[in-house]
Amino acid sequence: MMTEKPLLRVVAKLLIPLILLFALYVQFHGDFGPGGGFQAGVIFAVAFILYSLIYGVRVARQAIPASATRSMLAFGVLIYGGTGVVTMLMGGEFLDYNVLAATVHGGQHLGVFLVEFGVGTTVAGAMITIFYTFSGHVNDNLPFRKHNHVVTPSKKGDGH
Amino acid sequence: MSGAEMTSDPWLILLVIVPLLAAPVCVLLRSATGAWSVATAVAWSVFAISLKLLDTVMDQGVVRYRIGGWDAPWGIEYRLDSVGVFVVLIVSAIAAVILPYAKRSVEKEIRKDRIYLFYAMLLLCLTGLLGITVTGDAFNLFVFLEISSLSSYVLISLGTDRRALTAAFRYLIMGTLGATFYIIGVGLLYQTTGTLNIADLKTIMPAVIDTRTVHAALAFLTVGISLKLALFPLHMWLPNAYTFAPGAVTAFLASTATKVSAYILLRIIFTLFGDVDLFASFPLQPILITMALAAMFLASLSAIWQENVKRMMAYSSIAQIGYIVLGIAMATETGLTGGIIHMFNHALIKGSAFMAIGAVVFSTGAVTLTQMEGIGKRMPYTMAAFVIAGLGLIGVPLTPGFISKWQLVTAAMELNMWPLAALILLSSLLAVIYVWRVFEVAYLRPAPEGAPAAQEVPLSMLLPIWVMVLAALYFGSNATFTLNLAHTAALQLMGGL
Repeated sequence: MMTEKPLLRVVAKLLIPLILLFALYVQFHGDFGPGGGFQAGVIFAVAFILYSLIYGVRVARQAIPASATRSMLAFGVLIYGGTGVVTMLMGGEFLDYNVLAATVHGGQHLGVFLVEFGVGTTVAGAMITIFYTFSGHVNDNLPFRKHNHVVTPSKKGDGH
Repeated sequence: MSGAEMTSDPWLILLVIVPLLAAPVCVLLRSATGAWSVATAVAWSVFAISLKLLDTVMDQGVVRYRIGGWDAPWGIEYRLDSVGVFVVLIVSAIAAVILPYAKRSVEKEIRKDRIYLFYAMLLLCLTGLLGITVTGDAFNLFVFLEISSLSSYVLISLGTDRRALTAAFRYLIMGTLGATFYIIGVGLLYQTTGTLNIADLKTIMPAVIDTRTVHAALAFLTVGISLKLALFPLHMWLPNAYTFAPGAVTAFLASTATKVSAYILLRIIFTLFGDVDLFASFPLQPILITMALAAMFLASLSAIWQENVKRMMAYSSIAQIGYIVLGIAMATETGLTGGIIHMFNHALIKGSAFMAIGAVVFSTGAVTLTQMEGIGKRMPYTMAAFVIAGLGLIGVPLTPGFISKWQLVTAAMELNMWPLAALILLSSLLAVIYVWRVFEVAYLRPAPEGAPAAQEVPLSMLLPIWVMVLAALYFGSNATFTLNLAHTAALQLMGGL
């Protein structure tokens, strides 16, 4: 933790909201210009990873627990696949966006938007999950619970 | 394209998206029992869907689906013919039988807090394997290959033994090499032909076959898939992966994953390059026959020397892959029928064998021959199932192994390859030796002192084992249905799509 580095903390505090905002821009502007779900997901996750690097993984885990990032992983896939199922229910083929709205243009627009949102959710969840997994020996598999037990090396020294 | 051709059969896409969407549901459920229930319901629905598709394919020949409403060859087309539906049937049937078995076995072998992730991975693996068989797009096939491979690395690494991690890592390296080779091959084909649709590639192929790019593509594709198939000498990842994976995973992967890889090999040789006479212009037949024979003999010999029964069966799997490839290499109607039917028969036999071993491990922890002394009396039903599976590996009449070997021997004779026919029979004798080793230890040696008198597994495990064994015995004594299916598939491959 970098409690003694005020410059880093202040800059991070300024940057993180901007990074999140930029991620949302890349996500929602992806169908008009460069960008899309994957890039947005990575940028979104970067904000949390930067937060963990500056303030510590323990604090970051309180902000967004591992159980939440796992749910993000799963939800993203469901949003993507679910869009396909909805198009099927509306009489089209799997992922045929034309049927989603009154016009073909509107349907394609909405379909790509939903699918990219699914991609963004999963990618952000995956990046943070990978970061958490490598950054500490915490069992994230346990069902919803209040505190994760962080395993730290023994503080008793080397036996003296 | 005519109007009739463009109709989409929604069951085809459901076959893939039902397990695909059930996997994240398992992750969200976060409960072992919940995830198992979802996975089992999905496996049974998928089996029902594949029966429905079998009916349609028998009726109409080819079933298609246009993803996103885009016509082939621009969009991704799913396309199921009699070859694919046979493999879909194998994969979904095995999954439907193994899931009820998996419940208790997984509870014992995998940490409780990881079980829901285990079932999510199993469903993804199922998605990948089914996706490979239904897709008509070479790149989409790569995506499904990666889905099934990545999930199987995770499944293997969940084994109780720490060596499962190195086994999974080794498989990861080899599997990734295989998948990379495959995608390089597809890339080269795309650069030459400008299409990724397999049916489209097939029609363009005769015009471009004499280019070095396509030759390189063929080499990359076959070597890449041979790695995934564990064709000798590219099999080194397999024994450890099967030995250290959880019992249910070994049974599932051994009976499905290599079969699906064999299916890809069939698709490459007989569909992608179907309009080109590969066997005339390349020494494909001698190469494949040599590899197959080497697998049959060397892997069987290795199996004989194994102490660990799971590893013994893993080597036996490599040998059995040899028989499948031998059938493919003969490239005649009878040979292909033999190779294709052996995919089904071996799935049943090896599924039964690995499920029985998994039950022994579940109940006693025994996995080596020494530990299994006298196990026949302590676990009579499980070991009887293993012995029947063993007879199937040898190819004794009334077991499905006999049907496959009969076809292969007939095919060799039709081609006047008498030495080959003799070698097929000779290699079966090697199977007699390793199956006898287990039989001798299990039935003819006394149980160690202090061993409990009876240690039979719970009914929820015993029942699936016997369902599989009885299915094997049924299809061994009455092979009309499977032979017809395999024969139709062989005809379709020989005559093009």
